[in-house]
This record gives sequence, structure tokens and C-alpha cells, in this order.
Amino acid sequence: MALDSCGMTLDGIDCVVMGTAPDAFDMIHMKGENLIDGAGAWRKPYMRGFVGGGTGVFVVDQGWYHVASGLFDTCLVVAEEKMSSCLPHPQGAFITIWDQFTESPLGPSLLWMFAMEMTRYMHVHGITEREIAMVSVKNKKNAMDHPAAQLPAEITVEDVLNSEVMAWPVKRLDVSPSSDGAVALVLAAEPAAKRITDKPVWIEGVGWCLDTFYIGHRDLYYPRYVEYAARQAYEMAGINEPSKEIDIAEPYDPFDYKELHNAEGLLLCGKGEAPKLLADGVTQRTGRQPWCPSGGALGVGNAIAATGTMKVAELFWQLRGEAGKRQVPGKPRRGVAQAWGDELQVGTVIVVGI
Amino acid sequence: MRNEVGELPGVPLTEKDVLHKKVLSTEWDPKLKWAWDTGIGYGRYLNELKKGRIVGSKCNKCKRVLLPARAFCELCFRQVDEWVHLKDTGTVNTFSIAYTDWVARRIKEPRIPAMIEIDGSGGVAILHLLGAVDPKQVRVGLRVKAVWKPESQREGAITDILHWLPMGEG
Repeated sequence: MALDSCGMTLDGIDCVVMGTAPDAFDMIHMKGENLIDGAGAWRKPYMRGFVGGGTGVFVVDQGWYHVASGLFDTCLVVAEEKMSSCLPHPQGAFITIWDQFTESPLGPSLLWMFAMEMTRYMHVHGITEREIAMVSVKNKKNAMDHPAAQLPAEITVEDVLNSEVMAWPVKRLDVSPSSDGAVALVLAAEPAAKRITDKPVWIEGVGWCLDTFYIGHRDLYYPRYVEYAARQAYEMAGINEPSKEIDIAEPYDPFDYKELHNAEGLLLCGKGEAPKLLADGVTQRTGRQPWCPSGGALGVGNAIAATGTMKVAELFWQLRGEAGKRQVPGKPRRGVAQAWGDELQVGTVIVVGI
Repeated sequence: MRNEVGELPGVPLTEKDVLHKKVLSTEWDPKLKWAWDTGIGYGRYLNELKKGRIVGSKCNKCKRVLLPARAFCELCFRQVDEWVHLKDTGTVNTFSIAYTDWVARRIKEPRIPAMIEIDGSGGVAILHLLGAVDPKQVRVGLRVKAVWKPESQREGAITDILHWLPMGEG
């Protein structure tokens, strides 16, 4: 679809970057190699990128430096995840990501860890579950207009609050589903891009950052590594005031609180202020700065390594005015997408504009 | 063939598909084992747990206590200087009341993972579990104390601490 949309074939692609998350989802070790043919990369320079849930945006950053280095004119970025292969639940694939001596023997899950991050975020700022639930309501509703959405729904805050407790404070409707999905983007150097399209969307800034593996040395209330990644991308893009200069944001929302938490890391507002923007309608699709107009991971689905790339694709359509029913009004000119993951420690950021 | 591949192809698998053998599935127990070298820092940390003690290491450049004890300071990127014995008491920094286990199965009796700031560490937390506590009583700031396995059952593992128990108010 990506190649068709720009009238290209594989012959015009100089290199391929592949994003796919833990091998344990498929139990195919080195699955980057396994996926090479489907990614259209046979007999081409090919590289797999993987930084957990941060992969989806990172592979676009990675594709960018393949092209920006001058080595390649074009790069096909492909990101995929098939989580339904892992039974009884892909959550089990994560048991070996923790510290093998001091954490894994306690039987932790990602749900537990994210729940603890959510607790800390709520505690430090005095934020309620009710305030956070509105993210899920908003994103699932936005997803009603997305053709590939897995869990689009019109729900209420009460529905979220009354849904089954998975790991308090995380309830069923606070969390994104396990998903299968794939996304592809074509990146091109400026002269090539101008040949391919008269409506290019430019990558203006990229950034990524990982914090220490030792989670007990970090205060989980704030993703400082997301801030560092964002500052890198904003500096490259010449952005001084992201809260004013960004028209659309696609922060990573595998959980509803994460949209708020990540948006604060992206400096779209001050620490602890995201719930107020949400309550005031600022982040609705028709608001001053829409967050996750795509429907996000909560609505479209969370095919881990593909989710961040889906967010970049959303910005592409939005900035070109091709987002259909999802179109943000007011001719947006600049957007930021972000993904997050690993052991609650990576932020990957991209700024695109027209 | 082409018609079978729609605009947005893709079929998720379910556990029923596997049960009813509608899809190819593989169960494979590779019978591999992994033996990890703990290194100097973790080795001392785990050995001290066996003795019923929590030990950190200290970097005299940034003055931080590193916990679990490690051989090098990742901030200053240099070897640490000394071992620091810490108390087996601490404060809950954050927690969850989990009704799902590591593979997302429902569990009736909740497990209560917490990040516990260990006393004397300057606010560094470790992951562990609270036990024998009413979930309603758990809050950020709760003071807790380690409950150790009997000495004969300890094996130099993080699970030598059974769980952490509230110390009572005040």
C-alpha cells in the first residue's frame, strides 16, 4: 500500500529498515531475518531495529539517518507485530525482560510495572482514575473513524471505571489490546522526494533516549528520557515552544495514563498538567492541539513495534489533508509522534512537517 | 488468490483455533538451561540476602548508594568504592494490587508488587511484594519491613525475602 500510494515499486527502494519487537512473541529467534522477504528487502541493505515498544518510532528515525547520511536516496520502513501467535497470552513473553536475579524470580508482568508507574503518577500530582479514564473514551471514539481499528468504541468514563481490575489502578478499559498489525512508510531524500510527490511531508527532527536499566533509581512519576529524546528532536526541528508550535501530537498510549505521562515528557504541557488539557477539550480532535486523533493504541490497537509507525503514518495523512473522517481541522502543519517501552526506559520521538 | 487478500488482510489467532487444531501450532520444550555469572556486585548482594541482610554499593564520586549492589556506577562510569549495609525496612514508593499473574491469568487473591525505598539508601527502591496485608491498607508512604525465609531455606536469591509487612502506623 505504501509503495502503491507513491507510485513506486521495490526497484526504487535502496534499503529497508524493519521494526519488530520481542522474538518471544513468535518464538522465531532472529525474526528480522525471517521477515526479510515480506518486507521487500531481499538482496538489499537491510536492518532490523528494536527498542521494545519504542521501536515503531525508532525505525522511522533509523530510516531517516539511512537517508540523511547520504548513503541511500530511498528507504522503505516496515514495522510489524503479530501477538496472537503467543498463547495463552503474549504477556508471558515478557517474563525474561526483567533483571534475571532480582526481578524475574518475583513473577512480574508488564501490567504490574505499568500499574505501579500509574500509581506513582497519580500520587505525585494528585490525579484521579476518573481524570485518566477520559483518555480511553477519547481515543476509542477517535478510532471509530480509522479503517484498521481493532477496538473502536463509544464508551463512557463510568464504563472505564467499572471495567474489570487487571492490576489496580489499571482496569480492562485503561489498557490497549494485544494486536496484530503492520505499517509501512517510504522515506526519500529531498531530490528524490520531489520527483515522487508534489506533497512531501518532511522529517524535521528525530530523537531517542534510554534511561538506566535499574528501575529503582528512577522516579516513575515522570519519563525524563522522553523529555531528552523530545529535546533532541525539537532542537533539530527548531522548535522552542512545543505546546504552541506543534499542531498534532501522537504520544504513545498503550495505557490511558501513558498518553498524559508521555505528553508531559514531550513538553506539550507542564508536569501534572496533562489531565487539565484533556478535561478542557484541548486534546480532542477538534481542540487546539489534538492528541491521538488516529485513535491511538487504545482504539486502533497496539501491535507493539507497528504502533509508533502507525502514529507517524497518521501524521503523514493529517498533514497532507488526507485523513478523511479523522481529519483535524485548521490545516495542521506540524506534528510529533512518540513511542515508549523497553523496561519503562525508552523514548523515541519524531517531528514531521509540511 | 488475489481476491483472498483484501485491502486490510490479517487474521488473529485465538486459543480455540489451537485447541480445535484449526491452525498449525508448536509446543516445544527446548530443555535448555542458563547459568549466569552474578559478577562481583550482584554476587555479594545475593550472598548477603542469604544471611538476611541487604547490601548496596557506594560510589564516592556521586555519593549514590547503588541497589541492588553493583560493581560499577553507571552515572560516573567508574568502579564503586565500598559496600554499604542497609536496613531491611523501607517505604512504599508505589504499588499495584494485581489480579493478574505474569502470563495475564486471573488470580483470586491479589499479589501486591511494590517499589520499596530501602532505609539508608537515599531513596533507592527495589521491586518486591507486600504480603499478609489488607489491600485497602496499602498506600504510597507505607512503612514496611522484610519477612525473611528461615535461614535453612535461604539460597542466595531475591526470594529469600518472602515478602514485606507493614510496620504499623507511626
